[in-house]
Amino acid sequence: MDELLGEFLSETGEGLGQLDVELVRFEQEPNNAEMLNTIFRLVHTVKGTCGFLGLNRLAKLAHAAETLMGQYRDGAPVTVEGVSVILASIDRIKQILAGLERDGAEPPGSDADLIGRLQTLALGEADVAPPAVYERFGQTPGAAESQGRGLPPVQAALEEIERAWRAEPEPEAEPASRPVTNGAGAPDGNGKETQARAQTVRVSVDTLEHLMTTVSELVLTRNQLLDLVRRTGESEFKTPLQRLSSVTAELQEGIMKARMQPIANAWQKLPRLVRELSLDLDKKIELDMTGGQTELDRQVLEMIKDPLTHMVRNSADHGLESPAARVAAGKPETGRIKLSAYQQGGYFVIEVADDGRGLDVQKIRAKAIENSLATPAELDRLSDLDTNKFIFRAGFSTASAISEVSGRGVGMDVVRNNIELIGGTVELKSTSPAGTTFIIKIPLTLAIMAALIVEASGHRFAIPQYSVVELVRTGKASGHQIELINESAVLRLRDKLLPLLDLAQLLHLEGASTALERVANNILTVVVIQIGARLFGVLVDSVFRTEEIVVKPMSSLLRDVSMFSGNTILGDGSVIMIIDPNALGSVVGSVEGQAGEAANGVTVSATVANEGKTALLLFRAGSPALKGVPLSLITRLEEIDLGAIERCNDEDVVQYRGALMPLVSIDGERAKRDKGVQPALVFTEGGRPVGLAIDEIVDIVEERLEIELHSEAPGTIGAAIIKGRAVEVVDVSHYLGRGLGQRLGAKPEEASREVKLLLVDDSQFFRNMLAPLFAASGYAVTLAASAEEALALKEKGASFELIVSDLDMPGMDGITLAERIKADPDWGKIPLIALSSHSSPLLVEKSRAAGFVSYVGKFDRQKLMTTLHECCRRWGVAA
Amino acid sequence: MSAEDNELEQATEGFVTVVAGGQLFGLRLERVRDVFVPRGLSPVPLAPPEVAGVLNLRGRIVTAIDLRRRLGLPPRADGRAPVAVGIEERGELYGLIVDQVGAVLRLKRSSYEANPVNLDQRWGQVCAGVHRLDAGLMVVLDVDKVLDLSQFGVAA
Repeated sequence: MDELLGEFLSETGEGLGQLDVELVRFEQEPNNAEMLNTIFRLVHTVKGTCGFLGLNRLAKLAHAAETLMGQYRDGAPVTVEGVSVILASIDRIKQILAGLERDGAEPPGSDADLIGRLQTLALGEADVAPPAVYERFGQTPGAAESQGRGLPPVQAALEEIERAWRAEPEPEAEPASRPVTNGAGAPDGNGKETQARAQTVRVSVDTLEHLMTTVSELVLTRNQLLDLVRRTGESEFKTPLQRLSSVTAELQEGIMKARMQPIANAWQKLPRLVRELSLDLDKKIELDMTGGQTELDRQVLEMIKDPLTHMVRNSADHGLESPAARVAAGKPETGRIKLSAYQQGGYFVIEVADDGRGLDVQKIRAKAIENSLATPAELDRLSDLDTNKFIFRAGFSTASAISEVSGRGVGMDVVRNNIELIGGTVELKSTSPAGTTFIIKIPLTLAIMAALIVEASGHRFAIPQYSVVELVRTGKASGHQIELINESAVLRLRDKLLPLLDLAQLLHLEGASTALERVANNILTVVVIQIGARLFGVLVDSVFRTEEIVVKPMSSLLRDVSMFSGNTILGDGSVIMIIDPNALGSVVGSVEGQAGEAANGVTVSATVANEGKTALLLFRAGSPALKGVPLSLITRLEEIDLGAIERCNDEDVVQYRGALMPLVSIDGERAKRDKGVQPALVFTEGGRPVGLAIDEIVDIVEERLEIELHSEAPGTIGAAIIKGRAVEVVDVSHYLGRGLGQRLGAKPEEASREVKLLLVDDSQFFRNMLAPLFAASGYAVTLAASAEEALALKEKGASFELIVSDLDMPGMDGITLAERIKADPDWGKIPLIALSSHSSPLLVEKSRAAGFVSYVGKFDRQKLMTTLHECCRRWGVAA
Repeated sequence: MSAEDNELEQATEGFVTVVAGGQLFGLRLERVRDVFVPRGLSPVPLAPPEVAGVLNLRGRIVTAIDLRRRLGLPPRADGRAPVAVGIEERGELYGLIVDQVGAVLRLKRSSYEANPVNLDQRWGQVCAGVHRLDAGLMVVLDVDKVLDLSQFGVAA
């Protein structure tokens, strides 16, 4: 207990010192949510620890302060009295702590005065006795009133949560006849430790730290020498230097090993914690720990302690059910929390698993919406696992009750922050009614690491190797072309769209030309980085090599620069910054958030912004299944007054813009509606509109469209997965044809035979979309998925009268294909039509030079059909 | 400043004199670790403008602060290589980049005066008084305040 208490005192002291500064700053900037979160967490930690140590006076006071701060965090206006009462409470906490340090026990006394004021404020009334001096801060009755008005929802929400909690099956007041003794399982490394003890020497941490610094310097010097030799080429130093190098590496490894400590050291307090928790929560909990002897750097070990404690606490509090509920669910009465540690690659992995009720997706959804972390539409697109990840966001708590143990929404986001600080990740591995498993991955050491040296706009930076997944060279010759959506760079990588961060732009580097210019003129490298489940690319000018770097902390003057986790000295003596991949990840995260918001405002006029992504309109018609159609094919969205729909020739028609428009429906029969309006998608074919009656529009999404299942059924191209859900992709041409009575796209004149057409496109979606269109217009279509495939057809002696080819294809592109075709004596005369999703004058020029007779935008169906038509006439193909 | 009171008893106080933007400044001798020519300065993106960059000084990383920028003076234009005064603060190394470093002066307490009241606020924050010398005035720089860039962040 003494050791715990001592630790608590030093930790709390630090925390409180920090709190003073933060609070005062907070009063000046009441809208700084980040700061509020920091303060809140500090108080929360104090409260939690006090509760655990049985320091009731402190816990009560901290709890009252936390309640008020929680309201501020939820948006209640911050008042001067509020802050001063909290400051006074903190002073009191300090007094109590001083007494505690002196006597080893809380000094007697009552804090009812402060708690009372805190509670009054929390209830939304102005402080009963506001010191006169605060009056001039403009605490007008109006402000107090608005504060009062703002509060009821919060209050109501709290009550609701409270009620929900009570409604849950409580344990049948089981007599505490059997205090849970099984909770306190000792770490399993103990036995081995006693055997090993005879062989060990105690070394002070300082000595070790000093050794580590010295070795770091040695590594640096070695790197410098290596760099020298690399530049001078052959030299007599080479062999001895190699030896020095390997000895240094060995020494470095040895020192690192000496710094290693078994994780069991961080686990020591957990059995005790679990025991107390099981008493507090009236649950039976068994803690099972394996891999306690797995070692990791002591610096890392220190930093993993708190998050780990928090997670165990969470598992016990939220994860595990009450004994009665467990029995009802057919589980053993005693809940289990299992910690397992092991090494994997350069990582130390800890799994925290419980066999509790699992995360409640619906609750998380509701909570995410309630806290405005996401909109229902956004959540609809997420898988359950992705939805569950909201627990890692700030201000989120799944607990439906506020207990002393945990649960005011300072849980998992603190854990995540702390773990990410040391370059680690925490992920939800799985959750089900049978239990939940989290995985924490952290690098084994922080002092020396492998890093990639990159250059952006003349500056060099180090990117930690652990975060780098791969490097992709981009540029015209490489087949990987960076594309821009409204100045945001993206890269198509293995059929996925990778968001790109431009390092030069991000860091406001001098002389950084815009991404647009650089993408156009240079060969750039994309460093693909993975942080947790987030994958993104970082655009740099070049990559030099991987180097073992010694991480030196940033000067305290520069700690605020969040993009860097430290700096290092390179072999050539220059100092460079180490990029913090987590900081980059959070930039991507915020960018993604913005993109999501922007997508909500998409209008029908939006066309496909990029070839990789297709804007799709999702709707329902006929059946509950989701249907999708490329937005670009739709002319308008209409709501037709049901009274305006007339029956004519067994067809539904409406008067639309001075003409009759046929209204067709997916399954032939329009769902009968009695009154109101009929939503319809209007397509235009040859100047004639056709309406497709639907039940409802669900969403507009921009996604890379990949048809997964092909359909033989008329009217459907196939099924695709959009945002995790299956969507039937509708073949518009089918309905157009029906609506226009097969007058669709008048066939080439005197079509006594079909014109043989070859369509070359790497995108399956476009092949599927265009082929039926062409066929409907009287062309015999052959498909090729690549330029190589087209050329293979040529080798086989196939003959065509028209070739339509995509320009951008992996491998051989359309331009090269055209050049090859033009050089062929047989195929050379076939008219070539270029298809592309971008239309740059340069590309048009290039395609013409390569032999294309025409250039059509991929989504301009109208123009494509006329162009084909014209080609047939002009080149006498169909004659 | 209790340190100053103590120094009243001593006859003299040592200063390293430096020049920036034509003004003579004095840094307390005991705060100056060394004087060096800043070479291989790497700029730090996103850093406060007063931070000229970081550099490697015998295997240690030094954060260089440009005194001209710190005092709101125009950038150096004479093309001469600047000099840096090395300062160690809480285990970290800083380099204060100045135009020139002059002699070490031992000055009597009697020539000292507090900051003139009309001193520019930016200067007032980092200056700790003035010594009247025969050749002109020497402004005493408070090294701790010079290194504390946060003041500006809040004020701005």
